[in-house]
Amino acid sequence: MKKLECIIRPNKLDEISDALNLYGIQGMTVSQVMGCGLQKGRREVYRGTVYDIHLLPKIKIELVIPDNWVDDIIKIIREKANTGEIGDGKIFVSPIENAIRIRTGEQGNSAI
Amino acid sequence: MKKTFLVFFLALLLIFALLPASAYAAETAIDTGDTTFILFSSALVMLMTPGLALFYGGMVRKKNVLGTITQSFFIIAIISVQWILIGYSLAFGSDNFHLIGSLQWLGFHGVGMAPNPDYAATIPHQAFATFQLMFAIITPALITGAFAERMRFPVFIVFTLLWATLVYDPLAHWVWGVNGWMRNLGTLDFAGGTVVHISSGVSGLVAAYFLGKRKGLGSEALVPHNIPMTLMGAGLLWFGWFGFNAGSALTAGSLAASAFIVTNTAAGAGALAWAACEVYRHGKATALGIASGAIAGLVSITPASGFVGPLSAIAIGLLSGIICFIFVSVIKHKLGYDDSLDAFGIHGVGGTWGAIATGLFATKSVNPAGADGLFYGNPHLLSAQIISVLATIAFAGLATLIILKVVKAIFGSIRVSEEDEILGLDLTQHGEDAYDSSAYETGMAYITQSTSLNSVPKAAIPRTASSSGSVICEN
Repeated sequence: MKKLECIIRPNKLDEISDALNLYGIQGMTVSQVMGCGLQKGRREVYRGTVYDIHLLPKIKIELVIPDNWVDDIIKIIREKANTGEIGDGKIFVSPIENAIRIRTGEQGNSAI
Repeated sequence: MKKTFLVFFLALLLIFALLPASAYAAETAIDTGDTTFILFSSALVMLMTPGLALFYGGMVRKKNVLGTITQSFFIIAIISVQWILIGYSLAFGSDNFHLIGSLQWLGFHGVGMAPNPDYAATIPHQAFATFQLMFAIITPALITGAFAERMRFPVFIVFTLLWATLVYDPLAHWVWGVNGWMRNLGTLDFAGGTVVHISSGVSGLVAAYFLGKRKGLGSEALVPHNIPMTLMGAGLLWFGWFGFNAGSALTAGSLAASAFIVTNTAAGAGALAWAACEVYRHGKATALGIASGAIAGLVSITPASGFVGPLSAIAIGLLSGIICFIFVSVIKHKLGYDDSLDAFGIHGVGGTWGAIATGLFATKSVNPAGADGLFYGNPHLLSAQIISVLATIAFAGLATLIILKVVKAIFGSIRVSEEDEILGLDLTQHGEDAYDSSAYETGMAYITQSTSLNSVPKAAIPRTASSSGSVICEN
């Protein structure tokens, strides 16, 4: 099993989750996050005081999937999340030791 | 201890109840039009303080919005009582040494329906006193912008009560009370530029210095959490200001109409000037800037509103927007104090400019009972205005410093603890959270039924920490 942490633009969430559903992804965890990377922050001015806001709002999708799905899913997410501009986000892949479905006690691939 | 207070309070009520009833017989001199106008204006001015609460509330971080709004609302409550018991008498009672009113009208004793020709000959005395009450309410509320986001609530209550009684009431007497020394000097302050705006602004500046900077100033972005709320508040202030200035004519006639139009004109000019300054400096006009400029214009026209014409109002408003913008965005940072919401930068500075502008632009052609200013050939008015400004700054600043030292001696500390400042005033001072976080809906809520009140702030920590909220999607 692998975990994919995908940091994406907030407005891309619907498109990506629709595509993942079509592929057969059953569950995911979505969080509103703040982050910074290559994309510059933004400048805000309140009563003449300038604030440079470095952190920008992003969406993080966490998926745990069988190893053999990883390439396909990455391809789908890249396809949907890509605008060609800086700030499209990143995907982090990491190994997962085990997964347990709380209700039934199933383990491994059948639990995700 | 609590019981003693209760007995004392009940005894006090009894004493006032036993005082001979005020003269309620209506005099023939009462003008129904004027009375309607003043009662309506009183309601308008009252609405300014909730408006101010929103104006300030939107500018703080969301963890402090209730702490900020509550201060203004609490002032409405406490001054409404203080004014009846002692405030009105100290401000408008018969003169002592040109400095303070007597105690003759304690508990509104003797303030009845018969008009008091010293102040307003055509409306019930109680209507005049009620109108003045609303000014006494908004003035201490203006100060709260300077110490926003860091003052302990119990300390704030005592500070406000002392400030209203020892600073506002004497100042109101100086300027408006019969035989008050500024009134005798010939100072013109139509609706309270010195009494309301300079005094609150300067007191705010002293409080901001005394309390020190907010934690994180300069390193964190201490930015407004809800600018639409601030604009709504600015709108209510603008609306209520018609009662503040036009109502100060105390009769429903041409002077009120003149004050109304110059008030509106200066607000517009102030907003335009502030927005222009922003475009010049930063390239964009901001919503907060337009609202701030309008308030700056309103502040500066306040003392002049019964003495100048609409073209002068444009000049006064434009300059107010420019002066306040420069002060708030440049000079404040150089001086290094933390006037959180610019109570001094807008009310102190704008009020000072307004008082001086009155000495420049006033003309008897608008109000024969007024005086001519420098631009109409009379330099004496300007010097009277400058004396009154300096006296107000000195008195309000010094008295505020003494009051702060006294409350510090009583309470030990004026500021909330560092930990409480991080958690915010809403939770630590009031045990409430203004906005339900998404964590609550997703079942990550901390405790739904708390049996111990003491556990509330601590238990609420996880809820604050998880404000990013997560949503589970299952398809």
